Amino acid sequence: MRLTRRDALAVLAGLGVTGGAVSLTQFDPPTADSTGNEGGSTGEDGAGGDDTPPTAVRDTMVAAAEAVYPSAAEGVSEFVEAYVVGRARDDSRRAAMVDAATELDDVARDWEGAAFADLPAADRDRLLRELGVDAADPIPDGTLSERLRFHVVNELLYAFYASPTGGRLVGIENPIGHPGGAESYRRATMDEPETTDSGGETDG
Amino acid sequence: MDRTPVADADVCIVGAGPAGGLVAHRLAESGATVVVLEAGPRFDGDRREQLEQHIRPGLDGPWEMGGPRDAFSSTGESFYPLNAARVKGVGGSTLHWQGMVMRLHERDFELDTRHGVGADWPVGYDDLRPYYAAAEREFGVAGAADNPYAPPRDEPYPLPAFRPSHSDSIFAEACERLGIDMHSVGNARNSEPYDDRSPCVGYGTCKPVCPSGAKYTAESHVEKAEAAGARVIDRARVRRLEHDEAGERVVAAAYTTPGGETHRQEATQFVLACGGVENVRLLLLSDSDRYPDGLANSSGAVGRYFMDHLFAGMGGRLDRPTRQNHVGFNTSECHQFYDDADPVNGLKLEFLNYAGPSPVIDALHADTWGDDLLDQLDESYGTHVSMGALVEQLPREDNYVGLDRETTDDLGDPVPEIHWSVDEQTDAALSRANEIQARVLDELGVEDRWTVGPDETGPAYHHMGTTRMGDDPESSVVDAECRAHDLDNLWISGSSVFPTGGAMNPTLTIAALSLRLAESLRAELE
Ligand SMILES: Cc1cc2nc3c(=O)[nH]c(=O)nc-3n(C[C@H](O)[C@H](O)[C@H](O)COP(=O)(O)OP(=O)(O)OC[C@H]3O[C@@H](n4cnc5c(N)ncnc54)[C@H](O)[C@@H]3O)c2cc1C
Ligand code: SF4
Repeated sequence: MRLTRRDALAVLAGLGVTGGAVSLTQFDPPTADSTGNEGGSTGEDGAGGDDTPPTAVRDTMVAAAEAVYPSAAEGVSEFVEAYVVGRARDDSRRAAMVDAATELDDVARDWEGAAFADLPAADRDRLLRELGVDAADPIPDGTLSERLRFHVVNELLYAFYASPTGGRLVGIENPIGHPGGAESYRRATMDEPETTDSGGETDG
Repeated sequence: MDRTPVADADVCIVGAGPAGGLVAHRLAESGATVVVLEAGPRFDGDRREQLEQHIRPGLDGPWEMGGPRDAFSSTGESFYPLNAARVKGVGGSTLHWQGMVMRLHERDFELDTRHGVGADWPVGYDDLRPYYAAAEREFGVAGAADNPYAPPRDEPYPLPAFRPSHSDSIFAEACERLGIDMHSVGNARNSEPYDDRSPCVGYGTCKPVCPSGAKYTAESHVEKAEAAGARVIDRARVRRLEHDEAGERVVAAAYTTPGGETHRQEATQFVLACGGVENVRLLLLSDSDRYPDGLANSSGAVGRYFMDHLFAGMGGRLDRPTRQNHVGFNTSECHQFYDDADPVNGLKLEFLNYAGPSPVIDALHADTWGDDLLDQLDESYGTHVSMGALVEQLPREDNYVGLDRETTDDLGDPVPEIHWSVDEQTDAALSRANEIQARVLDELGVEDRWTVGPDETGPAYHHMGTTRMGDDPESSVVDAECRAHDLDNLWISGSSVFPTGGAMNPTLTIAALSLRLAESLRAELE
């Protein structure tokens, strides 16, 4: 199954993050990396001084998503980037999410000698488990593993399973948290996904 | 914000839930100078914040309940989880409620006469009938006249019923074979746009929060009251009602604001609308030399006869998709057994649309991720079904709300004490509900069964009976108009006035009584 930006926007809309479309147009290929590792030159903010989180943070979030999403998920990077950019428009979340992702990346560099995003997927999964993130309670201002659970893993799992496409994977196209209309509860089976393609074809 | 008292108020209403909000709206509209004092805050940010607070573990609960302000004691045989059972804020407990609404049956008003149990109400179904219709318009109830067991009605519901769910259609097969009738259920929730509020868009989180505004909350009527000129002071905790020397009239409500200042709101008439627990607490806290047992309590009935509805449930799994958790409300019930004489306690059955876990909520609590998590969710979601039931508890003097004078809240006031237990007769009614549920689930072939019966039951969060209504001042607190027998200008709005509770969710009846009270009070002001 393929995740799209549209899925990310749907979850963000459910959360009341407005200006999603605006944030996406702002999400142009970044020009700098806040960590400076790749010689970025336009200052702290990858997308030029707005609310957009640094590239390294987005890369870390995408890399974490690849570890915590089911292997059947495609389109993860487009989906996660759109979600993370939108989420970061919420002042109360941006700094903590950026901090947690940056700390995860720092741990990867210390322990594994590479950026989190550059580790093989199995190693990312292992690292998160070694940090105890799987068993940790999600606590926004807790210990590192509790914060990683809240701001990284649960943020990503929420985006996935509250989206219609993620929900479909477990049999619910209108998951809790998604305003998917007052008709789906009446259907005997999942309807076919709406497609963004102009053809809108379905296979029955 | 200015939280000082209003000069020359005609009416002071304490509490901004539906019981207070409806009265405030009606009276403000009629030109009265109305002030509403509400202990909790206004929750006027984006409702989707509360949605996330509900879904994501690690955030505070959406309605800020349970701090030192809300301390209580539970001393009866059964623990009473009071702070799960109410909300303090503009809108009151309807911020959190489920929003199923139905009228009581005729028999509920005359249980003593018909069956020799409980108490008769001083009003009958016919007295309330026009007010029920008005209450349905105020809430915007979606419903259909397809319930053969409902009491008579003259008019259609304001909104069309939500159509039956897929899971209802699964139950319907079994119920039809068993001769059990299913019908629609009244929902205070927009099936179409109504009253400037959105139709339901399927967030699925009705209880505790509807981000779209489709679910009715009393915020609507508080806003309308304000538009009609009422002043609503939030975070104003009323701690005492003061009376005149003769003890005939209330003269002021003393309240404390967040800064710690205490003010006195004077008014010609006072309406208590704090819910079935805090109504009692405020009357008891207002004791005086003239009324050493508390205000409006010459009968000794204040706080007595505390009742709730009890939940009975049963569920399990089928070998086919049941499509649960798309919406957070029910679309079918069965009132066929409600009027039965054995057991005499009313009982109604519910067919749930939110059986079993929601994948997104499960995922956020899981201790794994990736394909492992997907496997777990595949296993946990998709085939659950369940039935619920509400069962009536008859009034008993030894179930009561009092004051725990040993324990105080953050202002130093004694906290409410809930002394509550479930008697054998109610247990028998719960077992009866389980029996019917088992017949349906057997017929469907439901496996992995679980049951909530007499041993596991809990309250439905409906606080009734503690300032009961009656004609006799010796045995009741308010009269048929909801005015205190003891004090001319004190009125009580809410389910604390119910002499018996039936087994229907109470808030439509609260609304009907509130509209009726507003009419009587308005006449008094003229
Ligand atoms: C989880 C849940 C689900 C429910 N579902 C349903 C349902 O489906 N159908 C149904 O009919 N009912 C339901 N109810 C019950 C319903 O919410 C109540 O019956 C209804 O809200 C009661 O209205 P009220 O105005 O009397 O009291 P409340 O709504 O509780 O409002 C009382 C207000 O008074 C304020 N107050 C209290 N003390 C003071 C004081 N000293 N000074 C100032 N203000 C004060 C409180 O802060 C509160 O805002 C549910 C309740 C809960 C908790
Ligand atoms: S399902 Fe419930 S929460 Fe969602 S929009 Fe409808 S009423 Fe509101």
